[in-house]
Amino acid sequence: MRKSWWKILGVLLLVYTFIAGLLIEVPRNIQLQETIRNLFFHVCMWFGMMILFIISFIHAIKYLRTNDHNSDIASRQYAGVGILFGLLGYLTGAIWMSYTWVDENKTLFNSFDTVAREPKLIGAAIALLVYAAYLVLRDSIQDIDKRARISAVYNIFAFAMLFPSIWIIPRLLPSLHPGGSEGNPALNFKDASMNMRLVFYPAIAGWTLIGVWIATLKIRMKIINEQRLMK
Amino acid sequence: MKKLLSTVILFLLCLAMNAQGTKMADLMKENGKIYVVIAVMLTILAGLILYLVRLDRKISKLENNK
Repeated sequence: MRKSWWKILGVLLLVYTFIAGLLIEVPRNIQLQETIRNLFFHVCMWFGMMILFIISFIHAIKYLRTNDHNSDIASRQYAGVGILFGLLGYLTGAIWMSYTWVDENKTLFNSFDTVAREPKLIGAAIALLVYAAYLVLRDSIQDIDKRARISAVYNIFAFAMLFPSIWIIPRLLPSLHPGGSEGNPALNFKDASMNMRLVFYPAIAGWTLIGVWIATLKIRMKIINEQRLMK
Repeated sequence: MKKLLSTVILFLLCLAMNAQGTKMADLMKENGKIYVVIAVMLTILAGLILYLVRLDRKISKLENNK
């Protein structure tokens, strides 16, 4: 194992998240009840995704500046784990939503039409699809250098698309999801009590570190693989 | 006056209901059964982390072989 201190830190932060996340006193909100604890899991997936996409973006720029092939591999793998986190965020959100957003007077299926119009869901879907296109684009180019260059440029575009699709447009529109015009979801002082912040911030760090760990493993595997092919 | 009084009473009633009405897992915590959930979650986490550690070791071995 390599450079293990931050891996251990990540694991410890997650253990803390799992224990404190379930035991800590949380605000009693009639609509959310105990599901408010999903803040430590669902929301952290999105934070992890954003941080992983930022790392991927930095590696894409690094590739264009230095033509270092390892940066290209890193960019691709961080984007991959970022997409995984985004999908997990989407899935967990779907579970959470089906207990807190549904209209009690309608069936789950019938209240889906309001849920499907949620700007935050659509924005996140657009962002994830833009990144999915990144994977497709990469795999469709045979030439290694061309593939690296074009996908690095596309990666920068995909990152730029994150701004309108998840940070700007959903906040301008009315939504059931927290964090519209009143500020950043989960970060503003109305959404989470001080008590919850004690778990929430370490949880973000823990989940992100695990994501980075997975990405580094995949990068190292890819590098070994490519070296084998060169021989 | 009567209208105002009834509004106030209704308001207080709503407040009281809100204070009691929010159902939380208080009973679960009293029974101590929430710890079962934590145990299950930690087991899954431990399994996943162990998997990552083993993968990391294997990759390190491959890197050293060259």
